[in-house]
Parts: sequence; C-alpha cells; structure tokens
Amino acid sequence: MRLSRSAKVVLGVVTVLVLLFIYTPLLLVVVNSFNADRTFGWPPKGFTLEWWGKAFDSPGVREAVLSSLWVAVVSTLISLLLGTLLALSLQRYKFFGRNIISLLVILPIALPGVVTGIALNNMFTTILGVPLSLWTVVIAHATFCMVTVFNNVIARLRRMSPGLEEASADLGAGLFTTFNLVTFPQLRSALLAGGLLAFALSFDEIIVTTFTIGAGETTLPIWILQNLFRPNQAPVVNVVAVVLIVVSIVPIWLAQKLSGDSVRVSGARVKADER
Amino acid sequence: MTETLAAGTSTGTEEVPAIRLRKLTKVFGDTVAVNGVDLDIRHGEFFSMLGPSGSGKTTVLRLIAGFELPTSGSIELEGKDVSAMAPFQRDVNTVFQDYALFPHMSLVDNVGYGLRVRGMPGSQRRERAREALDRVQLGKFLGRKPAQLSGGQRQRVALARALVVEPKVLLLDEPLGALDLKLRQQMQVELKELQRSLGITFIFVTHDQEEALTMSDRIGVFNNGGIEQIGTAHEIYERPGDIFVANFVGTSNIFDAAQAQALYGRADPLCIRPERLRVAWAGDPERRSGITSRPGTVTSFVYVGHATQVRVQLDDGPAVVALVPEKLPGGDAELVNGPVTVSWDDAAVVWLPARGT
Repeated sequence: MRLSRSAKVVLGVVTVLVLLFIYTPLLLVVVNSFNADRTFGWPPKGFTLEWWGKAFDSPGVREAVLSSLWVAVVSTLISLLLGTLLALSLQRYKFFGRNIISLLVILPIALPGVVTGIALNNMFTTILGVPLSLWTVVIAHATFCMVTVFNNVIARLRRMSPGLEEASADLGAGLFTTFNLVTFPQLRSALLAGGLLAFALSFDEIIVTTFTIGAGETTLPIWILQNLFRPNQAPVVNVVAVVLIVVSIVPIWLAQKLSGDSVRVSGARVKADER
Repeated sequence: MTETLAAGTSTGTEEVPAIRLRKLTKVFGDTVAVNGVDLDIRHGEFFSMLGPSGSGKTTVLRLIAGFELPTSGSIELEGKDVSAMAPFQRDVNTVFQDYALFPHMSLVDNVGYGLRVRGMPGSQRRERAREALDRVQLGKFLGRKPAQLSGGQRQRVALARALVVEPKVLLLDEPLGALDLKLRQQMQVELKELQRSLGITFIFVTHDQEEALTMSDRIGVFNNGGIEQIGTAHEIYERPGDIFVANFVGTSNIFDAAQAQALYGRADPLCIRPERLRVAWAGDPERRSGITSRPGTVTSFVYVGHATQVRVQLDDGPAVVALVPEKLPGGDAELVNGPVTVSWDDAAVVWLPARGT
C-alpha cells in the first residue's frame, strides 16, 4: 500500500505520541529512583544512588526479590514440564474430550486474577487444608504460566513435519533417542520463548499472589503494594519498581533477540559455504 | 495374462522374495485403505506401485516401513515376518515425499544419523556420510543445513541418508513429485542407475504412469486398495488386464461390450492404443484380412510435437483418439467434420474381460 506524504507524517506523529504516553511514566520511575529530591520535584534536583543503596541494605527488599525469583523460576519449570506434555498429547493423539481439555488448559490465562485467586485460596485453605506459603503461590502461578509454554509448544508442533520423527524411527532410532535428537531440538526455541514469557508473567504477578501467599511472605510486587503509601519508603519503591521493569523486560528482549539471531546465523553460514 | 492378474503368487519356491505381502489389509475407521493385497517383490528389483491418490499404494509402503500396523495379513522381509515390528527394528529405509530432513542438522549429520543411532563412532560416521554425499554429488556441502539447499539437492540428501545404512529394501514415496519436469527426468535416470549399481530392492510409489513405465522392472497398478495388475512396463502397457488399467496407464480407446459384439461377435470390452490406429483421409480404406476399418468424422486435432492426436467420432462406435505421426493433409478448415476411415490390425486389440472370468 502506498501512503501519501501527509498520511506518513500523521501516522508518525500518532505513533510517537502513543509511545510517549506509554513510556514516559516508566521513564519517570527510573529517573526518580536516582532523584536527590525526596518529594520527586521536577526537574530533579540532583543525582543520587542513596535510594539504591537503601534498597540493597533493606532485608525486606532483598527477601522479596529472592522470593519473587524463586517463585518465578519454580513455576516456570513446572509450566515447562506440564505445558510440553499437554501440547504433545493434545497435538499428537485424538481422544474423547480433546477439544474441551484444550480449552480448559488455555482458560486460566483469560480468567480474571481475582477469580483465580479467590478460587485457589478457598481450595487450599478450606478444602485441602494446606497452609498458604510460597509453594501455594508457585502452584497458582503455574496454572496460567503453563498456558504460554503450551501455546508456544503446540504452535511449533503444528508446524513441525510429522515425517521427522518417522524418519528418525526409520533410520533405527528408538523413542527416547528420537525425542532427544529430533523432537527436543525442534522444540528448544519454543520452550525458551514460552519459558521466558512464563517467567515474566510470574515475576510481576500480584493479584493471584495476594490471595495465595502465606502470612509473613512477600514477593516484590506485594512489597511495593505494602510500602507504596509509606512516605519514607517512597524512594525505595521506585528502585524496586525499576528492578521489576528490568527483570520483566530482559526475558522478552532476549526472546526476541534469540529468534532474530537464528536467522542471521544461518544467513552468515550461506556466505561461508560459498567462499 | 492370468498369472499376472493373480497378483504375483506364482513366483515359485526357488527364491525367498525381498518382500512378501499376504492378505495385507489396513482399515482406518470406516475406510478400507488396503484390501487383502498379495504381492511378492524380488531381490534387486525396481518395483513401482502405481495408482491414483487414495488407491492405497502409500499405505502399503507405510505398512512395509512400519509406520502403520496392518489390521490383518502379514509382511515378510526376506522370509522373516516383520508385521508387528517397530520401524526402527526393520531393515528397510524410506525416502519421504517431503524428504523429512532434520532441519537443525548439517548434511553430514543428517546423513550420518542412522549410523549415529547404531553407535558408530563420530569420525568413522562422518567419513561414511561424506562418501555417501559424494556419491550424490553433494560432497561440497557437508556443513550446510537442509534449508540452504534446492529441492533436487534435498532429494539427494534424503537418498544418501537412507542408503548409508545399507537397507535391504529402499522405499521411495513419490520422491520426485516436488521437482520440476527437467530435474525429475534427470533424477529418474540417476535413480535407476543408482539402483542398478547398488543392487538394492527399490519400491517406488508414484501416481505418474510415465515415471513408472520408464523406471520399473515391474509395476503393480493399484486401485481401491487392491492391486489390479502386476507386470513389466511392456505387459502393463501392451496388455492391460482391465478397463481401469487400460485407462490409467496411457491413453486407451475403449469399445464397450455391445460395440465389440458388433465388430467381432464377442461380448467383452476391448481396448486399442491410439498409436495403433491409422487414419485414411480420402479414398478407399485398407481392405485386407486381419484389418478392421470403420468410417467416422474428425471432431478435433491437437498437435503434440512428434505427432498429432486426431479425435474421430466413429459412425457406429465410440469417439476414438488416433496418434498420427505423419503430416496431416490440411488444416482445421479442411479436416474437421470431414469423413475419414479409421483402421487397425486385429492383433492390436486387447480384450478386457470383466473381473472374475
């Protein structure tokens, strides 16, 4: 489609405005984490690392970071395992109720966090009688983190030629060898992408966490919520927010970069061969 | 005729066949894909399974490879029953229609895969893979990935990968279907030469009758999950066993039972190939014993390079196609709708009795 000059200008301006609207508040948080002025007056009075130092020294913050990382890593691992198995079974085999199971697997990511949170809280405390802890948070997160892995893996399986596994068996490989040498390498980047998304999803999750976390435990988002309105903690909250932003963005950025790289690498190989 | 129709059961006891199928049947849900196929394929034979799509030929191949298990019947490989074995336990290898090369592996790793899973050490394996790639003229591209190759090159890699493990039987599932005409003809020659030099039994699935005719030692013509006829290319073309084979392999002029009755006094359908018909444009038709002549009207003609296909509506018979190698005595205006006489040697007639007689 050919665009007129004025259309290009208008679209450019709109794009810039939207991006500014989204990213200026985030940038403000980053800037304020270095702002020497306690009340965040604008323009910033000066540059300081005081809040960062305070945040690092605060045992509450350190504990929250570690809890968040632990929860995100463990729920990602569970999601990788269950999501992959689900994708394999739902894509490879036809059985009664397959479509319903497929829907039920994806549903948790669409459900409102409040509903999931209340339901799981009720399940853990009233029905199962399990004390709430970080483990209950892990299980709660896994219910929807699994979906990102599942979606990535099943999309890859659909694109993968079914002939590959047959070819492997045809050449003499047993089931385990075939999975190891053929199926898994095909799924690797899908697992990475799904896993990184699951990690990012879990790391900054707050609603479901609120309902499923044990007394006395805090994850990073919970810590922010608890300290947001304490005036003396406000600067440290900014620092924690920046940490959250970075830890959430890096996996997404990595996932994009990895998929971009694989294209460039193969392109470079063509040139090497032609020499 | 009868022995070819009896689906090759008459090979005798002198030799154990490379592949022996007995009453092989495969049912998918309500569909009978393969219906009681009996077939013996000899050692070192280039055997083609020819048929339209859905005729069961690919399913038979997949049953031999072990990707599907038969509903009933048996598959013997060199006298050993392999019906219930997994693909990796069978000494046959497949060249897939879409090649199924491992996209994450270089060519040398693709070709060395079968040796790797058999536990051959790395250096020896790479050496063998390199030799196999050299044999298909791809020795220069060892480190490339399949995505960096053309279709014809991928086809060769798939061939090298299947042959490097020295199977007893090589199964080829329409391997040339994705190639353009020139490349396909070149690969037909190469495949045939390769098969002759290696002496391995090839089972070649195709829906292209020309491909089957040019490459095969024997052909099995499939239809509706069964084999209609087994024979050499010459037998299949010159002596088709029934109307299906006559129509599917080459072009045929079929006279139904009533028309044949009028001509020869025998109530069976018959078939005559277009190149066996002669067209007399004017004057007296040939009148000799052993020659039949019938008047008709030219409806159209198509120039095909080495000859011209002339369509003639016989006055008391079907519309026929005659292949006329010589130059026609005029153009469209003079010839179309003009009266002609079509004649043929009675010896060129092939009777197509109905099944079961």
